[in-house]
Amino acid sequence: MKNIEFRTASSAQGGLIVMSGVPGVSAGSRVQIKDHAGRLRNGLVIRVSDDAVLVEVFEGTDELDLERTWVRFLDEPFMLPVSRDIMGRIFNGAGHPRDGRPPLVSSDKRNVNGEALNPAARAYPREFIQTGVSAIDGMNSLTRGQKLPIFSGGGLPHNRVAAQIVRQAKLLGEESSEFVVVFAAFGVSSGDARYFQESFEESGVLNRVVMFLNLADEPVIERLLTPRAALTAAEYLAYDLDYHVLVVMTDMTAYAEALREVAVLRGDVPARKGYPGYLYSDLAEIYERAGRIKNRPGSITMIPVLSMPSDDITHPIPDLTGYITEGQIVLGRELANQGVYPPVTVLPSLSRLMKDGIGKNYTREDHPHVASQLFASYAKALEVRGLAAIIGAEELSEGDRRYLEFANAFERKFIGQGEDDDRSVFDTLNLAWDLLSMLPPEVLIRVSEAELEKYHKWQAAAEAV
Amino acid sequence: MGKILEINGPIVKLELPETVIGEQVRVGELNLVGEVIGREGNTALAQLYENTEGLRPGEAADGLGYPLSVELGPGLLNAIFDGVQRPLEAVWAQSGDRIARGVQVHSLPRDKAWHFVPNPSLKSGATLAGGQVLGTVQETESIQHRILTPPNTTGELAELAPEGDYRVDEVIGRVKDRRDGQVHKLQLFHRWPVRTPRPYRRRDHAVKPLLTGQRILDTFYPLLKGGKGAIPGPFGAGKTMLQQQIARWCNAEIVIYVGCGERGNELTDVLEFMPELIDPHTGRPLMERTLLVANTSNMPVVAREASVYVGITIAEYFRDQGYDVVMVADSTSRWAEALREVAGRLGQMPVEEGYPAYLGSRLAAFYERAGRVEALSGEFGSVSLIGAVSPPGGDFSEPVTSHTKEIIQTFWALSKELADARHYPAIDWLESFSGYVPQAARWWAENVDPRWAEFRAKSLELLAESEELQRIVNLVGVEALSSEQRWTLEAAGLIKEGLLQQAATDDIDSYASPEKQFALLEALLRIHDEGMKLVKMGASARRLLQVPLLAQARRWKSQYKSEQLEELKAKIAEIPDVFEKLAEEYEQAPQG
Repeated sequence: MKNIEFRTASSAQGGLIVMSGVPGVSAGSRVQIKDHAGRLRNGLVIRVSDDAVLVEVFEGTDELDLERTWVRFLDEPFMLPVSRDIMGRIFNGAGHPRDGRPPLVSSDKRNVNGEALNPAARAYPREFIQTGVSAIDGMNSLTRGQKLPIFSGGGLPHNRVAAQIVRQAKLLGEESSEFVVVFAAFGVSSGDARYFQESFEESGVLNRVVMFLNLADEPVIERLLTPRAALTAAEYLAYDLDYHVLVVMTDMTAYAEALREVAVLRGDVPARKGYPGYLYSDLAEIYERAGRIKNRPGSITMIPVLSMPSDDITHPIPDLTGYITEGQIVLGRELANQGVYPPVTVLPSLSRLMKDGIGKNYTREDHPHVASQLFASYAKALEVRGLAAIIGAEELSEGDRRYLEFANAFERKFIGQGEDDDRSVFDTLNLAWDLLSMLPPEVLIRVSEAELEKYHKWQAAAEAV
Repeated sequence: MGKILEINGPIVKLELPETVIGEQVRVGELNLVGEVIGREGNTALAQLYENTEGLRPGEAADGLGYPLSVELGPGLLNAIFDGVQRPLEAVWAQSGDRIARGVQVHSLPRDKAWHFVPNPSLKSGATLAGGQVLGTVQETESIQHRILTPPNTTGELAELAPEGDYRVDEVIGRVKDRRDGQVHKLQLFHRWPVRTPRPYRRRDHAVKPLLTGQRILDTFYPLLKGGKGAIPGPFGAGKTMLQQQIARWCNAEIVIYVGCGERGNELTDVLEFMPELIDPHTGRPLMERTLLVANTSNMPVVAREASVYVGITIAEYFRDQGYDVVMVADSTSRWAEALREVAGRLGQMPVEEGYPAYLGSRLAAFYERAGRVEALSGEFGSVSLIGAVSPPGGDFSEPVTSHTKEIIQTFWALSKELADARHYPAIDWLESFSGYVPQAARWWAENVDPRWAEFRAKSLELLAESEELQRIVNLVGVEALSSEQRWTLEAAGLIKEGLLQQAATDDIDSYASPEKQFALLEALLRIHDEGMKLVKMGASARRLLQVPLLAQARRWKSQYKSEQLEELKAKIAEIPDVFEKLAEEYEQAPQG
């Protein structure tokens, strides 16, 4: 079967070709297509019956001449060869090298689609990962095995934030070299791709990064494979070689748009905004590959980056993502415009697994309460700021004016930090107490009285008045 | 024997004459399982519960002769099943960390023996009706499993095994059908098709509230045992947390949690924390009364559609034994999406947002399986059904939420705004509703306090009024309010923080008994009333706001356990004193 070339294409249109008279083709099989000029293209069987086979052609059907097209059915799904040598390499979405070095030789090949993890085999994510970013570590902590996306918008510095996390991420009390990074970029510009490459090179992490790149001008269908190939590599590193793997993927919006483009070609019934009804399941197949497995030391922690079309968090892509992932870090334009970096809008941000990764045995005993207090105080402070915008700051009561000052300091000092500022979680917590000390102790009802005693700077607060 | 003609995602076309719609099929060399959903001449359309990658036209396919059914018997509790009732622990042992395709494992363990005690009133020759109790098996310390005759089996009892240890597939009795003389074997378990509701004698009124220990649910928007409720909410609003709290604390005897298209880690969370938790009603680990059906979002979509039916059928089975069962379906939106996906592949005409036209009727039929009934055994049992809804973008006007809203009686609307302000549980007190208040009021009046309905209405009124006032404040500032209005605002704030907000992670606050709920409600209203008296006498709200009692009252919920009711009541008794002192102070102060 593998060696037979069929020349029975009966139609070609919009990236799909129909082959007739090919017996015994398996669903989901890979296809190789040779056109009249002898160029090879890749494809995938998406629908098959006794008399016709529908093939999706990755590189498109432009210039295909039905009479001079030879198709070979490889009778296997998309496989990624894996070996220890993938570390430090750069591949395209189909797993071919794009760093000028020879292709990976390995007899160990994995189906990029993976198989669903048995829920009974999962271990719950617990250990705290320090990213060195206060807004994340202090208030939306990342735990090992979690999937925590960054919701961003066009023009916001999500790439810089992602790169900073990759450079700084470490586990408390253990060697940071345990972390390896799988980085997948799809639908990004070559400029962005270069930025990541250079950023990793400069900080010396490149030798523990595996990169998968699919640029904006490369085939759309290959974009659908890129995150899958990256996660296949991640699973190999985590569960075969026992690494802790951090997977950063950007930009999921480009991925979902590619999915829509292909779905329309296939004639799938559209659901919301033209995205196919299976967008949720499809995204879940990707996101749910994060996690930990019982009795295995490795783990996969995932940070997908997505840009919200017109900053709309209710758009299907961020919306469905939010339903699958364990929280989200939201970047906001307002803070970015005020020059705050990283512009993390903390109120809509959330880490669902935070409660199990912080506190006494993981970070510090006051961490959960401090985080809760920061959220509450900042929410109150924003209310006051809204009021001040209407009635003027002069009209505010003494107590309210303190909140206003708190909000400003919180945004500048706590959320805002340098791109090379790698803060330990203890620095972050101490900083939080410095800021909370701007408020009188009696309004801090989410921290315990003992914690107030220990950490609240009464004196400093009194002097500040 | 048939064969595969065409493969299109999870839908395959088979040459399979004489099959019936709903019949289970095994397809291809991998032995994938699916069900027939359509027929045309000699061909049948089937949806497969597993990924079809690698399948080829021409491979064999065969009908199994029965519809999708579940095994009902000892071994259900404490287990975790996938969407078609395969036990995931056993699948794990057999096929490793990943779920291999075509795995065949019995739903109930075949190697385990259960101690069966026959029903002493049954003697040979007795007339046996469907659904009758044959005997019992102590399945876990807290749950006695009542072995039932299959609902459609009747006749003369020919023989019943004596007390002893039996495996589920051993024959424990024989019954002779009087109509055709056939002898049927009885076992500790029987099968039942999931898409057919189990029969019962009659429906009965739901009368008792399902107590969850969550104040906003029990006190404000109650659900009855046998009732239908929904939890709609955008992501991040705390839907999962709320459902877990209900599963943890509710006073049902059996809890079935169906994770339908949800996160894998959430199920792991449930699996890890449930065994550590103690049931407040029996003192035994919660896992003993719990079972999970898990089809996580990355598992095949067709099995997701089946998972809620698997869950509800098991729920009905325990109901028929005379238990109060709660089933939580998280999330019905994912179930509806699975329906949509299959409909799309079948080329059915989409109506709203791509959903098929039968979405509403399917949802209604599903929720209709909840209720309190007199079972065939004569026992009374109930199934309370709580469906989570995940509306896209938090928009409650979308098809699944709006259809659900018409069907259910209790609506716990989660709000993104409240969640963002970290007000948990983020249930919007204005958007939520409960149609069960009159029945619940009767129970509260008889068991806790006759003033429940009055207090409930009063505090809701206060909350609604404060919403109006808040709008004014947002426009012109709090100074524009009169003293009375400011006090109303403060009292509403007190109710929100001291009563409605409840910390699931706090050991004390996580669960509140009905008595504690009422005591807090009474306390906070008392503070409002006493304060309002003073304000009406002319005291300034600004002075009242400085009373330390207001901050203290906000902490009561997490200071006093449900068992420390007396101490809490002592606090309530002190409230008038605090205000009396203020009144004296006020009278002594120079007027003006």
